[in-house]
Amino acid sequence: MSTLKITPLVGLEIHVQLATRSKLFCNCTVEFGAKPNSRVCPVCLGMPGVLPVINKRALDLSIAVGLALNCRITRHSKWDRKSYYYPDLPKNYQISQYDLPLAHDGYFEIPSNGSMRRIRIRRAHIEEDAGKNIHDTPGCTLVDLNRAGTPLLEIVTEPDISSANEAHTFCTELQRLVTYLGVSEGSMQKGHMRFEPNINVIVEHSGVEYRTPIVEVKNLNSFRAVRSAIDYEISRQVAGWEADNDYVLGNRPNENRGWNDTRQVTEFQRPKEAAHDYRYFPDPDLVPVEIDDHWLQRIRSEVTEFPLARRGRFVAQYGLTDADADTIVSDRATADLFEAVLDTGAPVSIVSKQFVNIWLKIANARHTTMAQLGVDARRMGELASLVQVGTVSPTAANQIAERMPDTADTPEALANSMGLVQVQDIKAMEKWLDEVFAANERTVQDALTKPKKASGSIGFLRGQVMRVSGGKADPGLAGELIEERLKKMSE
Amino acid sequence: MRHVALLARLKPDDEEVARLADELSAILAYMGRLDELDTTDVPPTAHAVPMVNVWREDKSSASLGVEVVLANAPQSQNGFFRVPKVL
Ligand SMILES: [Zn+2]
Repeated sequence: MSTLKITPLVGLEIHVQLATRSKLFCNCTVEFGAKPNSRVCPVCLGMPGVLPVINKRALDLSIAVGLALNCRITRHSKWDRKSYYYPDLPKNYQISQYDLPLAHDGYFEIPSNGSMRRIRIRRAHIEEDAGKNIHDTPGCTLVDLNRAGTPLLEIVTEPDISSANEAHTFCTELQRLVTYLGVSEGSMQKGHMRFEPNINVIVEHSGVEYRTPIVEVKNLNSFRAVRSAIDYEISRQVAGWEADNDYVLGNRPNENRGWNDTRQVTEFQRPKEAAHDYRYFPDPDLVPVEIDDHWLQRIRSEVTEFPLARRGRFVAQYGLTDADADTIVSDRATADLFEAVLDTGAPVSIVSKQFVNIWLKIANARHTTMAQLGVDARRMGELASLVQVGTVSPTAANQIAERMPDTADTPEALANSMGLVQVQDIKAMEKWLDEVFAANERTVQDALTKPKKASGSIGFLRGQVMRVSGGKADPGLAGELIEERLKKMSE
Repeated sequence: MRHVALLARLKPDDEEVARLADELSAILAYMGRLDELDTTDVPPTAHAVPMVNVWREDKSSASLGVEVVLANAPQSQNGFFRVPKVL
């Protein structure tokens, strides 16, 4: 058989849980891990005579996502009922948006192979989540309705994604976006993001293109599963076509399949239901939503700058590396703090180093974020400036930073009280050098006799001087003195 | 008719299917009379009342409590509704 050219076509449906306090249509609290059925009211239960009322914040958050995904916002949208047959939504229907989704026709740009790829967004609509069916008791299903009615935004892309890796990137970038906007907590553990990829492939053989039937993999809840399921489906579908050239769209049904994480395969569930089988119709209990310019303008002004744009600006304006910009822009509060520190007049090169190498590590160790460390922009700026003028070494700055969350003292006061004000006194330096040269004869020999190793050896010796000085030595001065001493020794 | 029954998860027998098919045809024919109206100049509407943007602020309040929630359930177990096996 001649070689086949394979082009995967992948679209994603992603459910994002919106970060509201209360549910979409009632006042029940949205809370993960609450006692079963303790966050349930007559609206959640679908009791006769109840009236759902839309949560305004769910609309605001959804508009923000729509704008961030460069979508057109539907000025007049409405609510529809979608037939549903499982006990985790006792109404027997799910409230959703069918033909007038809140947002449509946008795009999201993601990095792919060193450039940016534009993935078109078909639509984004609001709907309510179902409760939870638990199947582990034999002979019956147990139902917890706490999650029923939780607001979700379902984002649907066009089939523009061309590999499992690209889908993985799309999902992680989207998670970054929604957490950045504060629109969702984006916690995978709490099931805040669920993914359903639609996958088929174009097989090109002897100049003829064949498209395989479309498979939708249901309910994936990790980035890893997204990648594995798509990779698996691509190979399965290509193998399916090779075994049976009639395995093409139209001749074989589209399918829903599930991901078996233990066996790392997808498994057949059922043929895909057509949309009319859901029998959508307008919900008479809910009135339409009309969004005017004023409302859009308000959301636009709240959502100042989207993360990808800000990352780009940080690289261009502040000269950050891509990796550092990535870290600093990973959440909005950190990025805001970074710019607030720069506003104090602190030097960007030192501030960015301290953010990535010091503050991030301290925050991680304390299981919090930089913005919540209890160190404000002013004190962070002062610490960076102390390093710039040489009052403390970068190593000493690290030690001072570790103390700062627990005290209101200025970094300068801490440097004094901790005895970390940099020593430029030659005599003290010479003493530390004596000690280090005596303890590291081999490295000193290397520095003298192996020119290739010289700079590494000098670096090592300087590190040792910093160590024995307890971080008090001025590293620049230490380096100079070491080189001077080595030069004398070689004469 | 059988397709609609399947979607509604109902299992009518042959006699019922025949009767319901007749009734449904009559209903659809009656609704068909609406097609006679000229709606060229009538904008589409999804709602009978001229109201938009009715909403609530995002505030939560107490739910019913597990006992009340489960009070009408034919069966419950450990705070869960208990229903015949689905799937
Ligand atoms: Zn409720």
